[in-house]
Amino acid sequence: MPQEYRLILKHADQAGYTPDMECYLRHGGYEALRKALATAPRELPDGKKQSSQEVIRDEVLKSGLRGRGGAGFSCGLKWSFVDRRSGKPIYLICNADESEPGTFKDRQILHKDPHQLIEGMIISCWANDVKLAYIYVRGEFPQAARIINQALKEARSKGFLGKNILGSGVDLEIHLHRGAGAYICGEETGLIESLEGKRPYPRIKPPYFPAVLGLYMCPTIVNNVETLCAVRHIVSMGAAEYAKLGTANNTGTRIISLSGDVQRPGYYEVEVGKATLGELIHHENFGRGLRPGRSIRAIIPGGSSSKVLKAGERFKLKRKGADGQMTTVEVDLLDLPYDFDSLQAAGTMSGSGAIIVLDDTRNPVDVLANVSEFYAHESCGQCTPCREGALWMSKALHRLTHGEGRKSDADYLLHIAQNIQGRTICAFGEAAAWPTLSFVKKFKAEFEARGAADEAGTGPTGSGKPPASH
Amino acid sequence: MSFSIPAPLEAELDELVTRYPQKRSASLMFLHTLQEHFGYVSPEAVEWTAAKLGLAPINVFELVTFYPMFRQEPLGRTHIKVCRTLSCSLAGAADLRKKFCEKLGLDPKAHVPQTTTDGNFTVEFVECLAACGSAPVVLVNDTLWEKVDGTGTDAILSEGKRSETRARSAGMAG
Repeated sequence: MPQEYRLILKHADQAGYTPDMECYLRHGGYEALRKALATAPRELPDGKKQSSQEVIRDEVLKSGLRGRGGAGFSCGLKWSFVDRRSGKPIYLICNADESEPGTFKDRQILHKDPHQLIEGMIISCWANDVKLAYIYVRGEFPQAARIINQALKEARSKGFLGKNILGSGVDLEIHLHRGAGAYICGEETGLIESLEGKRPYPRIKPPYFPAVLGLYMCPTIVNNVETLCAVRHIVSMGAAEYAKLGTANNTGTRIISLSGDVQRPGYYEVEVGKATLGELIHHENFGRGLRPGRSIRAIIPGGSSSKVLKAGERFKLKRKGADGQMTTVEVDLLDLPYDFDSLQAAGTMSGSGAIIVLDDTRNPVDVLANVSEFYAHESCGQCTPCREGALWMSKALHRLTHGEGRKSDADYLLHIAQNIQGRTICAFGEAAAWPTLSFVKKFKAEFEARGAADEAGTGPTGSGKPPASH
Repeated sequence: MSFSIPAPLEAELDELVTRYPQKRSASLMFLHTLQEHFGYVSPEAVEWTAAKLGLAPINVFELVTFYPMFRQEPLGRTHIKVCRTLSCSLAGAADLRKKFCEKLGLDPKAHVPQTTTDGNFTVEFVECLAACGSAPVVLVNDTLWEKVDGTGTDAILSEGKRSETRARSAGMAG
């Protein structure tokens, strides 16, 4: 039976659990940090010696932990790219700019268990020779900012931060930095620019890979809140034990944000890949299905920028059988294991772990119009295809939802989206294009019908009435 | 109105500068702090920040115009931000915003921040507030209201009115 497995959110919702230091210490807080600092250097079978820090980095790599922010990239590999020979300081930034529509998991950690994040950060900083780190919290989380500030103060007073932390001879400081309402700050190089006090225009890669040329042109690690919390548990339980959670290549737990047309929206921490998309939506331990009498029309599986899945779609997945042979199986979208690889095989992504369910009362034209308006508003404006294209798409969808559409708008939307993706400095271009590409391709009849009805004056907001004012 | 920074506020800002290897990094935190104190970011606040951080005023002003949370004029004391993004929209965010506007005598069709003539309330649509599981949500000043329905709407407005009354009597007492 699929059920929650609470590792990171183990205590967060328990009665009486508070975000202060004393409570965290009572629940075994900062023990993982002590364990990390006491890690002995080791010699590998091939005679190569590993420092204590290298042992921790190796553990994180072996745990299979993949970034929980959206890209799902190996955390250990990301750390291994850090330029450690430049002689420049290395910085670490916690990306707490949670802003992918549909996502509300980091919010839980920041508000309810801030010390867990700080402990994960201290361990990660220590393992990567970082002396100065930042938590970039989105501006719309004013209470989280206060809670984090308080937690940082407590950590300083306990000697977990500051000079010579816990007598280790290592100095470390972590500061809070607040964003101010811009989605693009979630993109790591945009975030870095923002932290430098500038407009958050993403940097072009190459050459500005954060691991080499990040904050102040120094090597920089940017990790998501949930990822850094996972590091604490990897150190605590050991990489091998952590890797037993979840499924092959999709280890550990993930906090899924479920919203939209389900009976019980909310956040659910599960072992990665142990529950299917259908179970997360329908099972009594999770979403408990749709409202009575309704059925699924579509699912946005990984935040609003992921490609939509249409009810009834089937996908071919490669599976390893008991005999070790790879076989291909065809599954319905509801039977897709909710992990990084299966969603990718289905042509979309699990992204930030945010599932938005759309039932049969929702019209894909209206849904895409809403999503598209978001991207038009949030484009930073640096690259022409995105700045103009995102707005053109939103305008076309606005007229389609205001009785002034055309049948040709469907193709027009596809044309614009195709000319944004791959032509921008950062992945926002794809984030803006993918919803349009997937919605219009999969629901083309609905888009064309809406436009045709408007041309004939019989659309839902047309019917011969004067055009809606805007 | 002359622009002056009280000493405790300046001390707070000076401390912020020490958190970064480069002064310019403190600009966003400066703007937040100044906006919290003055209610908005005035041209004087921009110039003061620029001088303090060794920047040209445009380096600060371009932040005020880019980041949606910074504002260049005072807004209502109770600032109602209704989330308009998908999950909240599915849960009726458009009707919710309309209800706020109607109850406060604002234009429900206008898509920009609007402030009541008495300066007590501002209503605006904002993008995702990251609380989609309890849609529709509204951020009122620093407080998040979840699953806001008709009762929630009334509660937000009456709480806003109560704080106006408190502020007024405090002002008269002072």
